[in-house]
Amino acid sequence: MSHTNLTYVDWLIMLLYFVFVLGIGFALKRYMKTSKDFFQAGRALPAWICGLAFISANLGAQEVIGMGASGAKYGIATSHFYWIGAIPAMIFVGIFMMPFYYGSKARSVPEFLRLRFDEKTRALNACSFAVMTVFSSGISMYAMARLIQTLHVFDYIFLSAGLPLGWIFHLSIILSAIIVLGYIFLGGLTSAIYNEVLQFFLIVAGFLPLVLIGLKSVGGWSGLKASMPNPSYMHSWQGMAHANTNPLGVEVFGLAMGLGFVLSFGYWCTDFLVIQTAMATDTQENARRVPLIAAIPKMFFPFLVILPGLLAIGAATPKITTIEHQDATGAIIHETTIPSEVELKGQGLVPAKADPITGKIVLDASGKPLLDYDLAIPSMLLHYFPTGILGLGLTALLASFMSGMAGNVTAFNTVWTYDLYQSYIHKGASDKHYLAMGRWATVGGILLSMATAYAATGFNNIMDTLQLVFSFVNAPLFATFLLGMFWKRATGNGAFIGLISGTVAAVVHHGVTLPIEAHPGLHGGWIAIVHHYPSDMAQNFWTAIWAFSVNFVVTIIISLFGKPKPEVELVGLVHSLTPKPELGHLPWWRRPETLAVVLLIMVVSLNIIFR
Amino acid sequence: MNLDLRIPMGLMFTLVGLILTVFGMVTSGSAIYARSLGINANLDWGLVLLVFGGSMYILGRRGQKKADLEKPKPLPEGTVRRGH
Repeated sequence: MSHTNLTYVDWLIMLLYFVFVLGIGFALKRYMKTSKDFFQAGRALPAWICGLAFISANLGAQEVIGMGASGAKYGIATSHFYWIGAIPAMIFVGIFMMPFYYGSKARSVPEFLRLRFDEKTRALNACSFAVMTVFSSGISMYAMARLIQTLHVFDYIFLSAGLPLGWIFHLSIILSAIIVLGYIFLGGLTSAIYNEVLQFFLIVAGFLPLVLIGLKSVGGWSGLKASMPNPSYMHSWQGMAHANTNPLGVEVFGLAMGLGFVLSFGYWCTDFLVIQTAMATDTQENARRVPLIAAIPKMFFPFLVILPGLLAIGAATPKITTIEHQDATGAIIHETTIPSEVELKGQGLVPAKADPITGKIVLDASGKPLLDYDLAIPSMLLHYFPTGILGLGLTALLASFMSGMAGNVTAFNTVWTYDLYQSYIHKGASDKHYLAMGRWATVGGILLSMATAYAATGFNNIMDTLQLVFSFVNAPLFATFLLGMFWKRATGNGAFIGLISGTVAAVVHHGVTLPIEAHPGLHGGWIAIVHHYPSDMAQNFWTAIWAFSVNFVVTIIISLFGKPKPEVELVGLVHSLTPKPELGHLPWWRRPETLAVVLLIMVVSLNIIFR
Repeated sequence: MNLDLRIPMGLMFTLVGLILTVFGMVTSGSAIYARSLGINANLDWGLVLLVFGGSMYILGRRGQKKADLEKPKPLPEGTVRRGH
């Protein structure tokens, strides 16, 4: 990808974004008077802002790049991650769970666990969550710096200033750290949420024209269909009955149960990264609306982030071309464009994968070049966008990296300050003290993220390993919340032992299974190989199913042997003991339940249209 | 809340739209648009963003004004609240 020719307009747009991001932080600084203002945005934001932040918090750049990559690799089936793997869970958290989160007055998800269960369950969840947020933010930082290097965004500036190109990586890390630190230090969660909304609109503004131009270039929807490597690319449900007949390598039960239930409910219903945005609204009704409002754009995001992947694979592969044209003097000029080797060996606009050390193209077992799917969206941007709007597209990508980092950092500083520092290190200090602690926790969180980003440069597999460990910790979580909110007999001991057993089950399941064509090790099978899965996705879904089921069963068994909390202590925390949310003053069409039904109808229709 | 997000956001998109529109006009007919299939993507999308940013800004200003009007005026020190 040597033809990145950015000009001053592109950099001007990026600069403008940075100025506004920090400007919003400064404008918010004077409103940050108490720790509630800083950590919970004063619980005063409008529902639509929190709704857009709710999905943007999840729409980090890895998500944008990854969804485009899956679109290029698997086709429309990728939309399962949205239509099955997000919308139902978002509806569930809004309708059923938000009353407990918001109504319990808990300030964070781990704090809810303390109210419902006990101190040790909270400590377990708070510690694992704090560690994960810091690492995730570091991974975002690392990925952003690598992408800036790959796309040669700053090469021109560095070359003209006479600086070594190797410094671009350091500059990207330091610049993103300073900007994210700046705006969170100043404006806390409000800043993070505002920037997530800004990022939402930037992604739409940057990717919608890309999709439109891309579609025009392949000849519209019918042209796209005709240009696909095989017709199943355009269907999401074809061949899902059996794992061997669809590109994902997953069968319908694994998909619905693993992705649609365990993983997606575990993420959208328990991850404080997204829940914190809903808890920042002004009323409980609005907190319930937040995930539902978020579900509307979420439903249509496949058209913005997955479709570019399909368009990239469907576009014509770059060839050596010669254009003949006459210059002003009438002389005939032949202009030859020679694409790089990775482009020539790629498919469509998805380049072939080059070994980062030797620069040689990586081949698969049958001698065909492997494709670097992660570059599907970046190469689309570079291919179709002229300078100017290209700056906007790149700004959208940068914004999604930064807001991904910011969401993690605000989740970290809240959980650190409220659930760890205030609970175990320094109880009973003044509110001012905790506000200051939150600010310094932000600095600490960013420094740890930077350390993670640099660690990632040293160890090749660190990102995959971290994500694997996260999946072990997260997979069983939803069972704990489900039992906690809907079964009043569930006890603290049950929840604690259940959670640990669930994680152990995930580790063991991973250790005894292996996707076919993978070597034992990071991909599984490091204890013994008992079962082969058709794909790593299937293995991942089934690991989650096992972790969830073990946690569910163990929590119930241990709880039955213990003494439950007295019912008076569980009012507002358990469904059967909590009065239904009072909605009498709202006309039927303004109630969250009505919106939920409309959303369900919409998501079913989308599945039928693209079946 | 205090700062209506639509104001700074509207302002930012208006400025981005302005930059793209002006740049699009200046570079109209240039060879750089061969990439985008001959469409002057800067001019067209710049205008769209200009309209979007402008309307966000206007809505935000309106919202802020309404919120300021609704905000109860702080009572002077020492006022005794009556009723209830």
